[in-house]
Amino acid sequence: MSATASSKSSSAKRSSQELRRVAISMAGWTVCGLALFMVIGPLLDVVWVVASRGISVFSIGLFTTVTNGTGGGLANAIEGTLVLSAGALLIAVPIGVGAGIYLSEYGNNKIGSSIRFLSDVLTGTPSIVLGYFSYIVFVTSLGWQFSTLAGSITLAILIVPYLARISELALRQVPVSMREAAYALGANDPVVVFKVVLPGALSGVITGVLLALAISVGETAPLIYTAGWSNYMWNGQLTHSPIGYLTYVIWSFINQPSDESHALAFAAAFIVMLVVLCINIGVRMVVKRTKFI
Amino acid sequence: MKLKPFRLSVLGLSLLIPAALCAVVLFLAIYSAQAVSFNGIDFISGITWDLGNLYGDPVTVRGAQVPPGASYGILVFIVGTLLSSFIAILIAVPLSVGAAIFLAEAVPAKIRPVLSLLVELVAVVPSVVFGLWGIAVLIPLIAKYIGPGLSAMLGFIPFFAGGNAGGGYGLLATSMVLALMITPIIATTLLDALLQVPKENRESAFALGATHFEVVSKAMMPMVRTTLVGGIVLALGRALGETMAVLMVSGGAINILPQNIFSPVSTIASFIVSQLDSAEQDPTNMAVRSLAEIALVLFIITLVVNAGAKLLSSGVLNVRNSKQ
Repeated sequence: MSATASSKSSSAKRSSQELRRVAISMAGWTVCGLALFMVIGPLLDVVWVVASRGISVFSIGLFTTVTNGTGGGLANAIEGTLVLSAGALLIAVPIGVGAGIYLSEYGNNKIGSSIRFLSDVLTGTPSIVLGYFSYIVFVTSLGWQFSTLAGSITLAILIVPYLARISELALRQVPVSMREAAYALGANDPVVVFKVVLPGALSGVITGVLLALAISVGETAPLIYTAGWSNYMWNGQLTHSPIGYLTYVIWSFINQPSDESHALAFAAAFIVMLVVLCINIGVRMVVKRTKFI
Repeated sequence: MKLKPFRLSVLGLSLLIPAALCAVVLFLAIYSAQAVSFNGIDFISGITWDLGNLYGDPVTVRGAQVPPGASYGILVFIVGTLLSSFIAILIAVPLSVGAAIFLAEAVPAKIRPVLSLLVELVAVVPSVVFGLWGIAVLIPLIAKYIGPGLSAMLGFIPFFAGGNAGGGYGLLATSMVLALMITPIIATTLLDALLQVPKENRESAFALGATHFEVVSKAMMPMVRTTLVGGIVLALGRALGETMAVLMVSGGAINILPQNIFSPVSTIASFIVSQLDSAEQDPTNMAVRSLAEIALVLFIITLVVNAGAKLLSSGVLNVRNSKQ
């Protein structure tokens, strides 16, 4: 405020300046609100478009028949996604939870922090790079060809760092005093971990497993190079035979010309989206806002 | 010292994670070694990706067996990757900053968890579902309205001229889908930081007569700047490696650099997927080896970016430091 201005004009000036500041603030809030709308709006539209177009083709046949070249059902793809995800969890859960146990119980040292760092690097590695690694190692070099095992191992590599991190966080929530009490009663390491710490952190560990399941159900890129694609139900073989999965239907059938193929792509997307969103919403309702992403 | 079998066995399990990472890098490096020596520096500077005549007799060039006429240059894909991610960041940053500010300050505390949950859910929708939405909703929108609209407004800049050249598929669609996918990463990082700003700082700004928006923009935002940059770099790392959504909406360019924002593009990740079938036809395997080299390049790029994000986010403490 200039000292030479008369008090009257100064106050008039101030109020016009204030008016400008208030106006700018209002505009700022409007822009911010619009920004939030533009972030959430597309998500709601994704859910709406996929759900409305996906549900419209739901029928019993969708779950009982297999895909053919342009249409059919999704039985083989649903089964394949279940098999691949279950395989990935079978491999990844023991490793991930074991790593979480080490990191939380005995990992406050140099080894622990290097494992944490390298695990973070693995989390940041694009999934297609992991898929290509599996392709050259399992599919071609080991000669497994496109197969269930190659796909499951790739997914396992992808989800193991998440499992390790979430398990570690969950186990660390258990109070130290409980461990001390158990040790004081004469318990040894495995008893303390399996009878005291792990049961106390079970909900957190299950959260991790569910989120890992959501990731593996939604993945596509690494599977294209490892699981291949099959129009038939899984024949029970782990190697030397490709397997179908839901996300493949989404990206491949949407590029087919016929409406029937498009409908199938949306149905597959709806199932995948439903599983992923339900798991994530459920987990976040139960667990307080924790950052896992 | 007493041996502790339980501790050793869980240590063994956790060492499998670094082992997997080392295996990935090692096998990609070994497998691509021949391609690295064959391609040399042209790999990064060349714009021609040509598998050569796959049915012709392989010829020996620079000490390696390759199909006649084969040439592997990935500059097009490097440019496509960097350009699409860069534009995605340009779109995503203002959106996420606005959204985070609105969530932190304007929304009642009761509704905030619901809205921030919605923002977080954007991050968990699978890439391929975004790709599907892109094809079904975004591409027609770009072809009919956004593309011509941009050209009409900014057409005097060559980069924005050309309207809907690719029928909607291309750099703009790729960047928009990527922007949507990385927005929650930046927004949630920033939201957490904003919620941590000490009450004293906000109250002092209010006491000076600042409007609520000025408190946020002039007192709080400067305090969380480092965290914001860390979040942006983290989001960049995600955008660079994104595969399926990009593959579905990018139009897939090969051997031509993007001319404007509507040009079809390929990113490194999407190109690897799109090349699977043709590379397998190569009897000399040089194409598959060159793809391994591309994967290695992508790994190195994301590693550098993520390491940068890590360094920046270790400065998360800046909120607490500035309190003193």
